[in-house]
Amino acid sequence: MADLNPVSAWRRMLAMPNESRGKTIAMAFVTAAICAVLVTVATVLLLPIQAQNRAAEEQARMESLLAAIPGMTDLLAAAGESLSTVVIDLDTGHAAEGVTPETLPAALNDQANWSAIPPQDDAAGIGTRPDLAQIFILRESEEIRLLILPVVGSGYGGPIEAMLALEGDLKTLAGMTVTRQSETPGLGARIEEPAWQAQFAGRPAVDAAGTPVISVARGAATSEYEVDGITGATRTVNGVNGMIRYWLGPDGYGPLLDAIRRREF
Amino acid sequence: MQPKLWPILAAPLIRQNPVMLQILGICSALAVTTTVATALTMSVALTAVLVMGAAIISAIRRHIPSTIRIMLQIIIVASLVIVIDQILQAWFFELSQSLSVYVSLIATNCLVLGRTESFALRNPPLPSAVDALGNGLGYSLVLVTMGGVRELFGAGELLGHTVLPTVDQGGWFEPLSLMMLAPSAFFLLGLMIWGLRSLIPEQVEQPEFQTPEVAEAQR
Repeated sequence: MADLNPVSAWRRMLAMPNESRGKTIAMAFVTAAICAVLVTVATVLLLPIQAQNRAAEEQARMESLLAAIPGMTDLLAAAGESLSTVVIDLDTGHAAEGVTPETLPAALNDQANWSAIPPQDDAAGIGTRPDLAQIFILRESEEIRLLILPVVGSGYGGPIEAMLALEGDLKTLAGMTVTRQSETPGLGARIEEPAWQAQFAGRPAVDAAGTPVISVARGAATSEYEVDGITGATRTVNGVNGMIRYWLGPDGYGPLLDAIRRREF
Repeated sequence: MQPKLWPILAAPLIRQNPVMLQILGICSALAVTTTVATALTMSVALTAVLVMGAAIISAIRRHIPSTIRIMLQIIIVASLVIVIDQILQAWFFELSQSLSVYVSLIATNCLVLGRTESFALRNPPLPSAVDALGNGLGYSLVLVTMGGVRELFGAGELLGHTVLPTVDQGGWFEPLSLMMLAPSAFFLLGLMIWGLRSLIPEQVEQPEFQTPEVAEAQR
């Protein structure tokens, strides 16, 4: 009759000669299992704190994006109010019904609120797009002064998340900030540099027909529709270009911009 | 026991310094030394991984089959690194952003595997941990020195406090941009090794081969 007591089985395992095949496999298995548990516990326990950090980081970046736009701090101080947050339906360009910023994360967990992007339209390279998006609006006596649109694209090392700030005329970029990226440090990661992002301020974003016109150049910018590229980061730059083209275009925030132009918002 | 631990701890600080004598772990030493703060965080993270890894591996050393010993060491070290990385991301978010990938790369740092393989596999846990601590401190010493020099001359600051007022801020100091680039770390490391080997000549490596003396070709 085999001895099934786990304690004595453990002892027998330890007593086996180190070089035996059984002990080699047992040690590999035990070590791997313990390490897996350790890593899993650490990751799961610390996840909420890390998510908080990332949210705080995003908030801080949005504040610095606002602070970098000329006159915006005065306006915020004068108006004495902050940005209003609105959840919009990307397909119609109107405020989403029954979804508030608080319930948005739950709504986004539902696969029904996501749609696949056909490959030929997928300039941003993201595959699927949520139908709902949370945007930020700054109004001055009922006139929209500033529109902040979160966008996402795919770079060389992973997704790139950013925020585009549009002036009230809906044609001019007021600023751009990257909130999350995992590009190569020293090359693609330079899209995080404030000096590079500052180039976007004041550039035309879309033309009269609503087509996105701003892009990142290869090398130095040659027209007012371009900003300087980053040497050695072609795929990151392509990712940023695709992201801007997609989200300012008809499949992204195009319907929203149209709705605002028609004063339906 | 006490008198024997001291030399184990002190030897790797200067005399057997892992970076300057054994030239181990220089990849991270070049990458994260642009400021003192990142150098310090990296040093603490590496020292913690090194000490814990050495203690754990030393504790189970009698049961490690030698055929898979490298695999076991790597999986233990890698798990520790992931845990440390997660902790940094949770409580030292800013620093973990500036260290980017280099914390995860501790797992591949030859220094860690070098110490566990050469010391922890053959010694009891306490001396192994002390040896690991000594090596970690030796690594930290080099990193913090380099971080200090690079931050001071590259940005005129130390730990974020202005020491040399730069021209941009209306002072007199023109920052040396080279100090912020990776090559300057090579230059500094080279100068430090040169200085150390001038003080302790026995560290100078023997030439691996002699250039044969050939008479100049006759015209």
